[in-house]
Amino acid sequence: MNYVPDFSIVTDNWIVLLRGLLVTIEIWIPSILIGLAGGFLLAQARLARSGWLRGVSLVYVELFRDTPVLIQLIWFFYAFPILVGLQLSPYAAALLALVLNTSAYASEIFRGGIRSIHRGQMEGALAIGMSRAQAMRRVILPQVVKRMLPAFTNRTIEVAKMSSLASVISVHELMYQGRLLSSTYYRPFEILTAVAFIYFVLIYPGTFLAGRLEKHLARSN
Amino acid sequence: MTAHPILDVRGLHKRFGDHHVLKGIDFTVEPGERVAIIGGSGSGKSTFLRCLNFMEVLSEGEIRLDGTRIGLERKGTVTYPEKQLCQVRERLGMVFQQFNLFPHMSVLDNVMEGLVTVKGLPKPEARRIAEAELAKVGLTDKHSAWPGRLSGGQQQRVAIARALSMQPEILLFDEPTSSLDPELVGEVLRVIKQLAEEKRTMLLVTHELGFAYHFATKVIFLADGVFHEVGTPDEVLKTPSKPRTQDFLRRFGEFAF
Amino acid sequence: MEYSWDFGPVLERFDMLALGLLNTVKIAAVSIVLGVLVGLVLAMMRLSPRRWLSVPALVFIEFYRNTPPIVHFFWFFYALPVMLAVSLDPYAAAVLALSTQSGAFYAEVFRGGIVSIERGQWEGGRALGMTHAALMRRVIVPQAISRMVPPFIERSFELLKTTALASTLAYADLLYQAMMVNAETFRPLEVYTTIALMYLVLLVTASQLARLAEARLTAYQ
Repeated sequence: MNYVPDFSIVTDNWIVLLRGLLVTIEIWIPSILIGLAGGFLLAQARLARSGWLRGVSLVYVELFRDTPVLIQLIWFFYAFPILVGLQLSPYAAALLALVLNTSAYASEIFRGGIRSIHRGQMEGALAIGMSRAQAMRRVILPQVVKRMLPAFTNRTIEVAKMSSLASVISVHELMYQGRLLSSTYYRPFEILTAVAFIYFVLIYPGTFLAGRLEKHLARSN
Repeated sequence: MTAHPILDVRGLHKRFGDHHVLKGIDFTVEPGERVAIIGGSGSGKSTFLRCLNFMEVLSEGEIRLDGTRIGLERKGTVTYPEKQLCQVRERLGMVFQQFNLFPHMSVLDNVMEGLVTVKGLPKPEARRIAEAELAKVGLTDKHSAWPGRLSGGQQQRVAIARALSMQPEILLFDEPTSSLDPELVGEVLRVIKQLAEEKRTMLLVTHELGFAYHFATKVIFLADGVFHEVGTPDEVLKTPSKPRTQDFLRRFGEFAF
Repeated sequence: MEYSWDFGPVLERFDMLALGLLNTVKIAAVSIVLGVLVGLVLAMMRLSPRRWLSVPALVFIEFYRNTPPIVHFFWFFYALPVMLAVSLDPYAAAVLALSTQSGAFYAEVFRGGIVSIERGQWEGGRALGMTHAALMRRVIVPQAISRMVPPFIERSFELLKTTALASTLAYADLLYQAMMVNAETFRPLEVYTTIALMYLVLLVTASQLARLAEARLTAYQ
């Protein structure tokens, strides 16, 4: 065991890794933002009075939560284009899969949050003549957003981790560049360790924040 | 005075699944009337009150407010457009057993909320009205407090101020003192009594029979989903004619009139 | 564009997929068992008052929780052998990756269960004159276990989904076998839809079984 690591391979190629990191962010941020919006709509469907809407949204959520996300990525890249007769770029397929996946998980967060608010809050708002939409916006959401923040932060972290799977369908994000570099120079130890470290720096602040939020909420209740 | 009753309920039924809670109720309220609704727990008295402002959707029957039928009937099925329900609820104020104040808003904001978002009043005007209503319930010094920091009695007074701020034509009280500690009941009843003196139209579901006697112009004993006995406070509470009513009053024991 | 589905060629090779499914279950089972061992050791280190034990455990756990799983797979397969001058087959590397990362999560589950027990329980036991070990064994752990069960099941469910990443190291799990079938049949839509459904059945079955187990283990609450 006398392997001598040489991290100059990493510093020499920092621009390649940086380019990968930017693509990672280009997948991550839109996935989480669009996914949250989609999740909110899905949660409304899950809580709707129409049994039909509830059924469809339930099946959607379970499909995405009960299959591996890697299968979803591969399916949207290799299978979905055949179904719709439309070629998707790796980036588009990855974004589509991650947005739909995030919507499923986010809808469960919204649903849990909204249901955690006592029924009396909705009634109190309706009783003074508010519409359901007004009650949701002015009374229910302001109370749940705070409670849901740790869960949303965790989801954001999970999406960052999931974005690395896009390398499997050749999206040129950080993990992809790391794999490419390590096979080009045959320095997997240095490069993969560096990639892991970059991901850690990207993700850890979120974990730290989620932990603080949880503690803060536990204390304020 | 209007020729027709302000509130007119006909053939009201309410079912929860197989559970038939209200079995055909006819009921009218004239302006200035104060109606106390009493009955055992599970008799459906709260459900009845909650049907009036559509917190619960009727299974059958119709409700007229000021002569106008609520809901749209098309080919035998009745739908209740949200816009219409909002207008109805604006005209019927409700005070809940559990207060249902908004915990993320200050006391003043709670009372201003309906004025701003429902009535669309400018904030300074809403504020002026809210302050006046809070003064009326004796909470001038609590404007900026969080509801969670108040006693149950104070919270319920804020809830009353919130309902009053909308200038409702009828006030609905759903067991307003049932979740209060005994020593806090008095302050809430005093506020309700004061409203009675102003000749407001009010409906009160309550267990406080003594208060009901002094408060009401009409008392209704609800049992098994129907109006079992209806009359003046003296008729229903002092000389009830039906055995079931007598039984109920006996089980509640002596109460001071 | 109307696509004509044809599951024939895929179903002819169903034995390949069945083998893959078996391998997926096998690697998940082995990794859960090893992960529990890793998790127990890490949790005890984390709970130790000695900083030289608790700090390394904390670093290990945080590192794993804040980096994407695919990095661990590649690191164990490509980087570790270079450093140690040994070679790992895909199965060994995948098991190492899965059991260390799930161990990090399990450690937090175990620790969380222990610290969630109210101080009064400790004090009650001490007031009876129980030793620390007896108190742990008789009072704390039995209560903690029922609180650990739901998050433990959730983590194991995640692990089961993560096994799909072993395919990127050419371990013959369900996804990898699907790629092989796809290479022979050129029917990606049918192949990937089939295995998505197989994963769905596997995961739904697993979660139903877990729910039964959970109901029994947490019955006293």
